[in-house]
Amino acid sequence: MADEPRTNDMPSVRGEANNLKLVSRATYFKEATLKNLFLLCAFMAVAGVALIFVFVGYRGWPIFSEVGAGNFLFGMEWLPTKGLFGILPLFVGSIVVTLGALLLGTPVAVGAAVFLSEIAPPKIRSVVRPAVELLAGVPSVVYGFFGLLILRPIVADLTGGLGFGPLTAWIILAIMIIPTIATLTEDALQSIPDGVREASYAMGATTWQTISRVLLPAAKIGIVDAIILGMGRAIGETMAVLMVVGNAPGFFRGMGEPLSTLTSQIVMDMPYASGMHRTALFGMAIILFLVSMGLVLTVRLLSRLREETS
Amino acid sequence: MSHTLAEHQPGFVPTADACVKIAVRGLDFFYGDFQALTDITCDIRDNSVTAFIGPSGCGKSTFLRCFNRMNDLIIGTKVEGLITLDGQDIYAPGVDPVDLRRRIGMIFQQPNPFPMSIYDNVAYGPRLHGMKKKADLDEVVETSLKRANLWKEVKDILGRGGLTLSGGQQQRLCIARVLAVQPDVLLMDEPCSAIDPTSVQKIEDLMAELKSTVTIIIVTHNMQQAARVSDETAFFLQEVMGEPAMLVEFGRTADIFTSPKDKRTEDYITGRFG
Amino acid sequence: MKDMKRITNALALAVFWIAGLTTVVVLGAVILYVFVNGIGHLNLAFIFTKPHGVNAEGGIWPMIVSTMYVTGLAMVIVTPIAVLAAVYLAEYAVQGRLVRIIRFAADTLAGVPSIVMGLFGLALFVEGMGFGFSVLSGALALSFLMLPIVMRTTEEAIRAVPKFIRWGSYGLGATKWQTVSRIVLPAAMPRIITGLILATGRAVGETAVVIFTMGTMINTPLLPTDPGRSMTVHLYQMAMEGINLPAAFGTALLLMVMILFFNLSARWLLRRNRRMQG
Repeated sequence: MADEPRTNDMPSVRGEANNLKLVSRATYFKEATLKNLFLLCAFMAVAGVALIFVFVGYRGWPIFSEVGAGNFLFGMEWLPTKGLFGILPLFVGSIVVTLGALLLGTPVAVGAAVFLSEIAPPKIRSVVRPAVELLAGVPSVVYGFFGLLILRPIVADLTGGLGFGPLTAWIILAIMIIPTIATLTEDALQSIPDGVREASYAMGATTWQTISRVLLPAAKIGIVDAIILGMGRAIGETMAVLMVVGNAPGFFRGMGEPLSTLTSQIVMDMPYASGMHRTALFGMAIILFLVSMGLVLTVRLLSRLREETS
Repeated sequence: MSHTLAEHQPGFVPTADACVKIAVRGLDFFYGDFQALTDITCDIRDNSVTAFIGPSGCGKSTFLRCFNRMNDLIIGTKVEGLITLDGQDIYAPGVDPVDLRRRIGMIFQQPNPFPMSIYDNVAYGPRLHGMKKKADLDEVVETSLKRANLWKEVKDILGRGGLTLSGGQQQRLCIARVLAVQPDVLLMDEPCSAIDPTSVQKIEDLMAELKSTVTIIIVTHNMQQAARVSDETAFFLQEVMGEPAMLVEFGRTADIFTSPKDKRTEDYITGRFG
Repeated sequence: MKDMKRITNALALAVFWIAGLTTVVVLGAVILYVFVNGIGHLNLAFIFTKPHGVNAEGGIWPMIVSTMYVTGLAMVIVTPIAVLAAVYLAEYAVQGRLVRIIRFAADTLAGVPSIVMGLFGLALFVEGMGFGFSVLSGALALSFLMLPIVMRTTEEAIRAVPKFIRWGSYGLGATKWQTVSRIVLPAAMPRIITGLILATGRAVGETAVVIFTMGTMINTPLLPTDPGRSMTVHLYQMAMEGINLPAAFGTALLLMVMILFFNLSARWLLRRNRRMQG
């Protein structure tokens, strides 16, 4: 049967009017053109990444070629006026600020997610969930403002000094990453089938036992994703950190001592920087871009891992 | 006039029989590597109601979707063999599946009115195919709704959303929507399984009225329904899980239900009736 | 033993309650603080007059105009591109390498720190293309920030349209584009608009991007090529210089009101849509 040629010339019963129409050239081209136009639009995302890479990279490249990658990445001192462009203290500053914020924010965020997904009565939930979403919507400059005027004096009382420093930044950033981590963790918890919960309760487990021994382990990879994305948000956060961290480009000396990060230093210096100093700021943007890309890549690899294991 | 598998022999070429609307010869269907249907051959008669019956997952709906090439929309599907409409191969290279679907209408299990007014639902098809004048559209909407026996219920609320109607009304709206593009063939994929029993009666009556002008093929799980509405019946069966389904028996509905030739048909029908 | 189990459980639940309520308390604290300090300063004169003097006394009208202008323009630029891109991903694309690359790029773009986007805008639009510090440069840079957000929400909105509604259209002999443009997009519209509103809220609150693309000059922009100062940048400068805190509070409050408005209207739209679909 497969060998039988497909013919379109068998006698028609009802005459020509009923002949099957062939695909019209006009329709075909219209549909194909539209499809390609949409593809082009989708490709704008790729173009965006490429453009960022090219333009920021082009501006920042000389810092690697002329000052040297080693001096730039591992230099211990950031003194642009003296031609010292070592960003290690800034990089360490970014990491200190980010890790502290994660340590403070993650437990609250995961706790809030568990609360929303497993514990909260519907009424309470309908208040807490919008609150979490709104927390994500508050502009970072408002957080910075709040930190500057409210948190900073409190921290100053605790640590001495002016209150500019990592501790204030940790608290503010922790608040800022709570919505990111909480929302994604809640998604991960919600995707666990109800049967799993019922099975656990049916065996006499308490709510806490169900959460700690069944649900959190089951949502583990989703929570890791959430933390990584929260980390991306924290490391890239600029204005709020800038306004409370003190902007002293040295190594970490204490919770209440001024510090600087990659992002905050860029904003501080950009308005007046010129020459190699300006190039160095673009170089720092390349590093930030690569770090954020690396985090996204990690999340994708994790999700592929999850697909393979399940 | 009864068609059995005996007619299917190597080298058989469908004749341009005035009674045959759709002819199927040696049809195989694949979802990727999985073969869902094997070697199906049958003739669908003009201006009649043909019912496809068989247990769930036996490929009836898949087969139905071959007639208007709806399966083309699913990536990785493949059709081998021949399906002709009025003697012309609908899978021949260059044939426009979009135009084919205008001529072979389809009603789905779930009533699926578009989220727009009743009027716009019915006028959707004619508008797609270039009808613009308000007077023409008004006329098509009215005749189509009348043919679908829905006009009396909705003539004063044409501007209301199609989704505000009851399930049974929604299904008749979908039928009116299809009739508005004047198809030769109407494919119905379990059209009554998601609506209330009183509406089922209305749709069955409607099928009896429509078959004088339209060839109807209906997939149904309901044996009584197949016996009530159809002139001919095809019984499909997937004998082994993972193996393709096939057409076991095809003939006049009265014959299939009273004196099936195949033991498997008899088992299924007596099982379902008993 | 049994008591221990019960006590542990109660303690753990209490901790989760605290975690959940912390978010509300923090949000409440931020809103209340900004509200209490800003409300006294928020009046028509503050909104509709220009600032004057070295301490920028008076109103913030130019900043409001700049913010709305740059955000509006960014939305005009990004909406067609992002929506059609989402149409491609949801309706046309076949899973494969191309789609993987596009999705990875969109995720990357969504993760790019806003300061990097700001420097990118500075390098490409302000200096490279010669648009200078302008509303146009700011809008172009912001549109890259909004692109992945709108793409994702739109794609989700399109995918949420039931398959069988599409079948109905295809079954009537509609082409792909007819089905997409007449059935799918209208059905997905409320959720698409919700996504657009949320992305707009995000753009309104953005600082690091606009500071290096639109500039910091207090100016009421008329043409897209005029410079301007966004409300966020204004708040930043007032706060850091500490010279005119009342104006800073007023600006912060107005920003919060705008953000709240965007978020609440998005939620309202979504809820209304859900109710209508039963």
